[in-house]
Amino acid sequence: MAEQEKTQIIIVHSAKYQTTYTKKYENRKVWAEPNFNHINSYIPGTIIEILVKEGQKVAAGESILILEAMKMYNDIKMPFKGKIVKVYVEIGQKIPKNFLMIEVEPLD
Amino acid sequence: MSLRRNILDLRKRKDEVRKGGGDEAIGKQAAMGKLTARERILAIVDEGSFHEYDMFVEHAGTDFDMGNKVLAGDGVVIGTGTIYESPVCLFAQDFTVAGGSLGLSHARKITKIMDHALKMRVPLIGINDSGGARIQEGVNSLAGYGEIFFRNTLSSGVIPQISVILGPCAGGAVYSPALTDFVFVVENISKMFITGPAVIKSVLGEDISMEALGGARVHAEITGNAHFFALSEKECFEQIKTLITYIPWNNTQKAKTFPVKEPKSKYKIQNIVPADARLPYDIREIIKSITDGSEFFEIMELFAANIVIGFGRMNGETIGFVANQPKVLAGVLDCDSSDKAARFIRYCNAFNIPIITLEDMPGYLPGVDQEHAGVIRHGAKILYAYSEATVPKITVIIRKAYGGGYIAMNSRHLRADFVFAWPTAEIAVMGPEGAANIVFRKEIAEAEDPDAMRQQKIQEYKDKFANPYVAAAKGYIDEVIEPRETRKILLHALRISASKDVQGPSKKHGLPPF
Repeated sequence: MAEQEKTQIIIVHSAKYQTTYTKKYENRKVWAEPNFNHINSYIPGTIIEILVKEGQKVAAGESILILEAMKMYNDIKMPFKGKIVKVYVEIGQKIPKNFLMIEVEPLD
Repeated sequence: MSLRRNILDLRKRKDEVRKGGGDEAIGKQAAMGKLTARERILAIVDEGSFHEYDMFVEHAGTDFDMGNKVLAGDGVVIGTGTIYESPVCLFAQDFTVAGGSLGLSHARKITKIMDHALKMRVPLIGINDSGGARIQEGVNSLAGYGEIFFRNTLSSGVIPQISVILGPCAGGAVYSPALTDFVFVVENISKMFITGPAVIKSVLGEDISMEALGGARVHAEITGNAHFFALSEKECFEQIKTLITYIPWNNTQKAKTFPVKEPKSKYKIQNIVPADARLPYDIREIIKSITDGSEFFEIMELFAANIVIGFGRMNGETIGFVANQPKVLAGVLDCDSSDKAARFIRYCNAFNIPIITLEDMPGYLPGVDQEHAGVIRHGAKILYAYSEATVPKITVIIRKAYGGGYIAMNSRHLRADFVFAWPTAEIAVMGPEGAANIVFRKEIAEAEDPDAMRQQKIQEYKDKFANPYVAAAKGYIDEVIEPRETRKILLHALRISASKDVQGPSKKHGLPPF
C-alpha cells in the first residue's frame, strides 16, 4: 500500500481525523509567498550570457541575461526599475526550473 | 512441386518468422525477465485459441540501406484468440526485431487488428515493447502513430481497450496507452516517459534512472497513468484475464454473469465501522462484506488511495464500486481522487455496469497545493461523471457526507436511483466541529469558558444535525437501513433497476472539464 501504517491526522473543518498519509501527500509542495525581487528561471536551461553586474542600476524592460532552453534563446528582462543585488549564476551553468538566477531591488 | 513440398515450404517460412530477432536477441529479452511477443500472447489467451495474421508482411523502409534488411513480421505480432472463451484481438510488439521500432508496415499491422476489433465489437489488447519510432522511416513512422491514436479514440467507449506495457514505451508512443481504458505495468520491466533520462541529463544535468523517471511504480502510484501494477509478467497476465471476466465485449452488451455466491462469513459488516466518525477503517472490508464471494477486483490500488474503485459482483452481475477510504487521508476528495473516480464512473457508464457508491468522507482536502493544482476543475469531473451516467446508480451513506462532497458522491440531486443511509450517517453542510465554530461563534467568544461552551455547542449541533434523519425528512434519502441489511437491499435495488431507461437531451457530446 501507498500509505504508511502509522496513524496520522487530517484536519477538515476543525475536526481531526485519524488516518494515514500517502507518499504524494507527504511530499506535497508547501506554498511560499513569491519574492518579486528574485528572478527565477521559468524553464530549465543553460545561461548563455549575463548582461548586468552587481550594483548596476537597470531600467524596467532591459535585458539582464540570456537563458537557452529548448533550443531557444530566452531574453530575461528587468521586471521594474531597480538595482542588481546579486548574480547567482555563471555563463554555461545548467539550471533547473525555479532556480534563483538574479536578486534585484526596486528603485524609485 | 508436390503439395507436401508446398506445406513444408510454408512451415519453414512460418518458423523463420517465429524466430523473431533470433536467439541472441531472445536471450537478451529473457535475461531481463521478459518473454517474447508470441510467448506473451500465448500466456494470455486460452490454449490453442490464438491465430496470427500478417506474418509475412515486410517492412517499408528503403532509405539508409534498409531495403536489404529483413525484419520478421516487421517487429509486431497481431492476431485473434479467446480468454475464458471470450473473443479478443491482440497485438504485441516484438522487441527482438529492430527493438520493436514502429515503421509503416508495423503500424499498418496494428491498425489492421484495431479496425478488426472495432468492426467485430470485441476487446483489443495491445502489448507495448518498443524503442519508439523507426527513425529510418522518418515521417511514415509518425503517420503510423497518428493512425493508431485516431483509432484508439474512435474505439473509445465502444470496445474495451487494454494496454500492457512490457518494456520501453517512450515519446509519442505513450499516447496510445494513455488513450485506452486500462494500462497494465510490471515492476522493473515497464518504462514510460515522453522525454528519456539521456535528454533530461543533457538539457538539465539531472541524473535519473529510467525506473525512477517512468517505471511501473511511478505510474501506478504517482502519475496515475497505470491501472494495474504487477511484480512479474505472469502476475500481470492473470490480472488481464481477471479483468476480462468483469467487462463486456462491447458497449451494447453486459458483462458475463457468474453463479451467485454469498459473501464469506468472516466479513461481519456491522463490526467494521467505528461509531466515532473521526476513526478510520478499511472501506474495502465493507465492499467485501457485500459482494458475491467477498471478491473485489481493485483498480488503481496505489494511486489516490483515498478513494477506492473496482469491480465486484452482486447477484452474479458485474458492479462498479466507488468508495471513500477513511484509512487514507481520511477519505477526502482531492484532485487525484476526483480524476480517478470520474474516469471509472464514465467507464462503467459506457459499458453498462451499474455503480454502487459507498460514502464516508469529510469533504475536500484543504490546502494551497490543492487549490492551485485546480481542485475546482478536477473536483467538477466527479459531479459531471455521476450526473451524466445513466446506468443504475445506488448510494449507501455509511458515516460522513458533508458539504460539496455529499453532493458529488452520487447524491439524489445528481439523479441517484436509490440513496440508502446507515443510522451512523451524518448528512450536513460540514462536521459538527466546524459548524459549531461558525454558527455559535459569538456565544463561544463571549462565554466565560469558551472551550466548554464550544464542546456544548458541538454536542448540540451533533444531536440535531449529525444524523440521516434531517435528509430523510426531505426525501433526499430513500431509506435508513441497518448495516446487516445492506447486501439484501442492494440486491433488491439492482433487481428493480435492471431495465432502467433514461434519455438526456440529444447532443454531439458534452464538455466535461478535462
